[in-house]
Amino acid sequence: MNVSYYPGCSLSGTARECGESVEAVSRRLGVELQELTNWSCCGSSSAHVTNDMLAVALAARNLEIADRVGMDLMVPCAACYHRLKLAEKELLAGKQIEGISGMYKGNFRIKHIADFLWEDVGEGTLKKKVKKHLGGLNLVCYYGCLTTRPPKVTDAKRPEDPQAMDYLMKSLGANVKSWSYKTACCGGNLILTRPDIAIKLIQNILDMALEAEADCIVTGCPMCYSNLDRTQKEISKETGKKYDIPIFYLTELLGVSLGEPSAKRWLRRHLTDPTLLLRHMGITQ
Amino acid sequence: MIVAELSRVIVPNPWFCRKVEEMSGDKVSVCFQCAKCTNGCPVTFAMDIAPHRLMHSIQLGLRDEVLHSDTIWVCASCETCNTRCPNDIDVAHIMDTLRQISQGEGIRASQSNVPIFHSVFLSSVRKHGRVSEMEMALIYYLKSQGLTGLLKQAGMGSRMFIRGKIKLIPTPVRGMSQVRTLFRKAEEKR
Repeated sequence: MNVSYYPGCSLSGTARECGESVEAVSRRLGVELQELTNWSCCGSSSAHVTNDMLAVALAARNLEIADRVGMDLMVPCAACYHRLKLAEKELLAGKQIEGISGMYKGNFRIKHIADFLWEDVGEGTLKKKVKKHLGGLNLVCYYGCLTTRPPKVTDAKRPEDPQAMDYLMKSLGANVKSWSYKTACCGGNLILTRPDIAIKLIQNILDMALEAEADCIVTGCPMCYSNLDRTQKEISKETGKKYDIPIFYLTELLGVSLGEPSAKRWLRRHLTDPTLLLRHMGITQ
Repeated sequence: MIVAELSRVIVPNPWFCRKVEEMSGDKVSVCFQCAKCTNGCPVTFAMDIAPHRLMHSIQLGLRDEVLHSDTIWVCASCETCNTRCPNDIDVAHIMDTLRQISQGEGIRASQSNVPIFHSVFLSSVRKHGRVSEMEMALIYYLKSQGLTGLLKQAGMGSRMFIRGKIKLIPTPVRGMSQVRTLFRKAEEKR
C-alpha cells in the first residue's frame, strides 16, 4: 500500500523517536511512505495566532503538492493534521490564495496515523504481523486536542471519545483502561511561554492516568508526547510527588509488538525511561 | 434612601463587536452566556476574564479590557470551546482575531512571551521553510528571558542533545520563493 507522507517539523527533532518508529512500523506493515517532496511547515500554532491568511496558505502549499501526487496523505502529528484539514476545507470551499494555484482537486483523503492504521491497514494485517503480545500492559490512550477538535474541521466521529488508538492497542493485547482525559489539553506551546500553566495541565493528565491504574500513556501527538515525557522530573521536583510514567508514541509500542529491532534505539531517546517497564512486563529483554 | 453602588457605568458600544465579527467571520453577538466554553476550558485558572465573559465583553464593546486581557494570550487553542458551543461560535478563532487586533494596534501583550514565541517561530519558517526547533528555542529564550533565561535551559538542552533530539542543520527546502511569497501576500492582506 502506498501513501503520501507529511512528517512535520518535530519528527526529525524533538520527537525524532516518533518519526523513526513511524517509518519502521510502516515498512513492517507493507506500507510504502512517499514523503511529500519539499514539504514545508503547516503553520503550526503560530500562523493562526498571527495571520489567518498565512495559516491557510502555509498548509495549502503542502496540499497542493499532495494533490499532484493524488494519494491519500498520512499525517503523524496532531497539529499538522488539524492545520492541513482546515486548509482542505477552505480549498474545497473554493478559497483563492495568492501564491497557490487555484487548481485544487482534492481527490485524496488526509488521515491521522491512528485512523490510517486502524481503518486502512486494518486489524487483520496487524494481527498477522504481531510477534509480541502486549499481554497485561495497563495503558491509557491519550489523543490530545487537535486530532479530534473541532469535528467540523477534523471530521472526527466521536470528538469527545475517540477510539482508533484504543482499538489498535487492544488488538495488540494491551489492557486499555478507560479514563476521562483522552482529549484533555497538555498546554501545547505554553510549555515555552507559560510553563507554570502547562506543567499544571500535564500533572493533571499524569494524575488521571495513575488513577485509572495505567502503567504508561500512549499518544498520537508528538507535542503531547514530548510535553509529557520530558517534564516529569521537573514536576516531581516541584511537587514532591514522584512521577515516572513512560509515554509512548503509538507506533513505538506497535513497533515493539511487531518485533522491530530498531525499537531499542527509539526507546533510548525518552527522557522518562520506558525500558524498565517493558522488561518488567516481559515484553522486551 | 438606598443608592445603588455601581463600580463603573458601562455604555455599550457596538463598534468593537462589529469589528471582531467582520474580521473573524464569527457571530459573537449570538452568545447567550451558557458558559459551556468556560466550563470546558482547561486554562480558566490562569485567565483574568473567563471565555463566556470575554464574549459578553466583546458584545458590550469593552475594547480595552478585552485587548489588554491575559485571557487572549493564555488560551491554549485546544478548541474545546468551539467544539461544545451550542451557537457554533468559534471562540478559539475569536481569541486569534483579538490577538491579531491587539498586535495590529501595537498594544503591549499582557503575556509578552507569547507574541515573541510566535514571531520567532514564524521567522524560522520564513527562513528555512520548516521550523528549526533549535534556532527557534535559542532565539526565543534569548529574546524573552535574556541570557540568564537561556542558560536556565542548558540542562534540558543537553539532555535532549545527548538523546539525539536536537537537529543542528535544517533540511533545505526547495521552493522557498513560494514560501516567502505566501508570507508577503498574507501580510499585505492583513
